[in-house]
Amino acid sequence: GEEQESVLQLPPSTAAGGEGLTEVSPETEPAGDTKKKIDILLKAVGDTPIMKTKKWAVERTRTIQGLIDFIKKFLKLVASEQLFIYVNQSFAPSPDQEVGTLYECFGSDGKLVLHYCKSQAWG
Amino acid sequence: MTDDKDVLRDVWFGRIPTCFTLYQDEITEREAEPYYLLLPRVSYLTLVTDKVKKHFQKVMRQEDISEIWFEYEGTPLKWHYPIGLLFDLLASSSALPWNITVHFKSFPEKDLLHCPSKDVIEAHFMSCMKEADALKHKSQVINEMQKKDHKQLWMGLQNDRFDQFWAINRKLMEYPAEENGFRYIPFRIYQTTTERPFIQKLFRPVAADGQLHTLGDLLKEVCPSAIAPEDGEKKNQVMIHGIEPMLETPLQWLSEHLSYPDNFLHISIIPQPTD
Repeated sequence: GEEQESVLQLPPSTAAGGEGLTEVSPETEPAGDTKKKIDILLKAVGDTPIMKTKKWAVERTRTIQGLIDFIKKFLKLVASEQLFIYVNQSFAPSPDQEVGTLYECFGSDGKLVLHYCKSQAWG
Repeated sequence: MTDDKDVLRDVWFGRIPTCFTLYQDEITEREAEPYYLLLPRVSYLTLVTDKVKKHFQKVMRQEDISEIWFEYEGTPLKWHYPIGLLFDLLASSSALPWNITVHFKSFPEKDLLHCPSKDVIEAHFMSCMKEADALKHKSQVINEMQKKDHKQLWMGLQNDRFDQFWAINRKLMEYPAEENGFRYIPFRIYQTTTERPFIQKLFRPVAADGQLHTLGDLLKEVCPSAIAPEDGEKKNQVMIHGIEPMLETPLQWLSEHLSYPDNFLHISIIPQPTD
């Protein structure tokens, strides 16, 4: 398919930037609710650049802001450029919301699909 | 059920008497008098404090003013949480008026989101509504609305127009007759004792056996530490809009009547005051 299936590890949320990506093997993680990390699938909207790696393993406590910072750095966007993240192609969770909570409420098939966009995509 | 409609009004018109004082280290040209205001519980701090800002800026020089922010007893107040939630969570056991400190310097980047304009509040509010409807109706109701309906919800809140708001919001409170409630109840549970922002999970208003889930059922499931064990000492208060609803109250009823305008039940778990 068009989606890259490699699962990479986002740096811990304390490292706000996002250097030092380490590949993790998903099999080493315990299954279900006890899993410390969750899988997210990042999809670009409109003319926002795509990320070659779309599937990431992310700590549950990572915030939307942490994710925004990471994507911006990954895409080499200027700090002043805005980036919006949407759940269900519908709402933009506030920057301090944790991805783990969003995963529990809006995840499906073991992952949380997030759309990202340089402009406001959905009102 | 005319009584239940009154609950909506009581919630909407809930006010908190508040005294705003300028932070002692802010530089002023004249003495800054405190400013008193009745804050609407269901609104947002940065939406209802234009007068506060003007009042203090009068005694300050332009170069000493940057983005306004508020603090209570050392805790920066998140403008993107409803005012009533902030009060219940942080100040409900202290005497009125609520003493809020006003700052124009040293914006606490780690604790607060910036609020450069009312548009930012509107975007946040609408996003919360959409998230709530995703839980309640798989987004069907909010998506079927027109842009002008969304605008009416926001304008209703911004201008404190109960009827304007509820003319549209009542559609978000409907559910199919064959169901006994929403798909899931939009709720957030806040505690000052944890680092996590809030607890939010999928929780249905009706149990598998058809029984209505209660507030107590919800807490038992997602936040068991909040409720006292049988014949144990009560350690916490479970508060919504400044009251402690009975734990036997059906969650669906609470969602329809005690939700904030963003359609979430914002529930505060606070330590039982010792007096």
